[in-house]
Amino acid sequence: MIAWLSHHWHAFFLALRQLAGAPFASLLNITVIGVAFSLPTGIYMLLGNLQVFSGQMSEASQLSLFLELDADKAAILKIESLLKQHPQVINFQFISKDSALKQLKQGSGLTDVVDSLTQNPLPDAFIINANSTEPEALEQLRGEIQKWPKAEHVQLDSAWTKRLDALLKLGQLAVLMLTALLSFALVVVTFNTIRLQILTKRDEIEVSKLIGATSNFIRRPFLYFGAIQGVAGGVIAWLIIAIVIHLINSELTDLVQLYAIDLHLYHLSFEDSISLLLFSSWLGWLGAWLSVATHLWQIEPK
Amino acid sequence: MISFSNVYKRYPNGFDALKNIAFTIKLGEMVFITGHSGAGKSTLLRLIAAIERPTTGGIFVNNKNVSTLKNRAIPYLRRNLGMIFQDQKILFDRSVFDNVLLPLQICGFDHWSAAGRVRAALDKVGLLGREKARPITLSGGERQRLCIARAIVNRPSILIADEPTANLDADYTKDIMNMFKSFHQVGVTVLIAIPDAELLGGSQERILALNHGKLAI
Repeated sequence: MIAWLSHHWHAFFLALRQLAGAPFASLLNITVIGVAFSLPTGIYMLLGNLQVFSGQMSEASQLSLFLELDADKAAILKIESLLKQHPQVINFQFISKDSALKQLKQGSGLTDVVDSLTQNPLPDAFIINANSTEPEALEQLRGEIQKWPKAEHVQLDSAWTKRLDALLKLGQLAVLMLTALLSFALVVVTFNTIRLQILTKRDEIEVSKLIGATSNFIRRPFLYFGAIQGVAGGVIAWLIIAIVIHLINSELTDLVQLYAIDLHLYHLSFEDSISLLLFSSWLGWLGAWLSVATHLWQIEPK
Repeated sequence: MISFSNVYKRYPNGFDALKNIAFTIKLGEMVFITGHSGAGKSTLLRLIAAIERPTTGGIFVNNKNVSTLKNRAIPYLRRNLGMIFQDQKILFDRSVFDNVLLPLQICGFDHWSAAGRVRAALDKVGLLGREKARPITLSGGERQRLCIARAIVNRPSILIADEPTANLDADYTKDIMNMFKSFHQVGVTVLIAIPDAELLGGSQERILALNHGKLAI
């Protein structure tokens, strides 16, 4: 157990010393990894924010129910009672055809046109607030209400959330593809760094093998190096995004004041940040492992 | 204990380095292997440490058959052997102390007990005052002592030296040979390859003479 700990501590220490030994090269490598990683992570962060934003917007997920023109008082009362009993409806508001006409008169400046009408062309309407923000659930509710007697047309006011949802799914696919590509880049960067290290440590590796070092002992410092470099790259990516968010948010405050909406970007959640660091360290480890597996066997004691 | 039975070693180019070698070295024995350059001395020593494998035949070290040892078991065999290489294999990127420390790091010693052992080993070869020195600043004789310190720091039961006195003058040679004798006296099995027996100066130790890959007894 002590020997095992000692081996790992030794390898960890060697890896750190290797990093500190060439600070400029290490910094460049880590920055490259960080920049590469900040791209998919940044898009992921934006998507997350958009999702939060769309969630806020569709909280007012409304349906408009327009009745047929010949709907009488009884039909209106019937629909009112149906809406009251419906579990998915939080509340609703009835707008009679007369009040709708009045609103049109006041709001649109079409007073002359409205006055010239011989009869009211507008239907009675209900504005319904549903308890769900899920596009699928809203769509189902719409279909249900559409079948009610004297219901002429039900309009989903938040149909655009559906479109946004589809866009977000597309964005997630883009993040996945970018992550795959740039992960590959990270693995390649680590692979090459470790390859160079193995070449410069040829003598040490050969002597170590001669005096009884296991392959694990020789491999370990390189694996630690890859993992540490990966984590450091992940931290840089996280910081880059933090800076970007800070800059965007300070710009957004002006815009937000103009439009009177609550809009600012949030950084990755704690879980997502940890996942980012774990993933980047794993990729570094993988690159190192591949490099060690390819190059170490070439150094056999002669 | 080291024992060879019917060992042949043929290199891929068709050269027969060792032919039908058979001998046994008892525990705690001190043996010299002599022979001209190319007689197969180095090959024989390298077979013991499984740096090379025999073409046929059996090699036993401490009752384990080295010729059939799995690759992953080889490091543990080598940890029981103290090896002094013909080309020294000193690492010039680190201090004398760190060179001697390497075998202990490989075995997983913690830093404090390892440091004590390194100093003890350096003391035995008379290099204690130079532990912080860079190997490049050492003389030829001092470098050889460094190699000996690295070989004995792990307290191996078998010490193997391949021409440890090459390129050293008579005084140094005597010095180094006396060192090996003192290890032999405390019970270590010592195996030394030297180009010719005259270097021994009438010593009474057992000699295995190799001639073109054959043992001449």
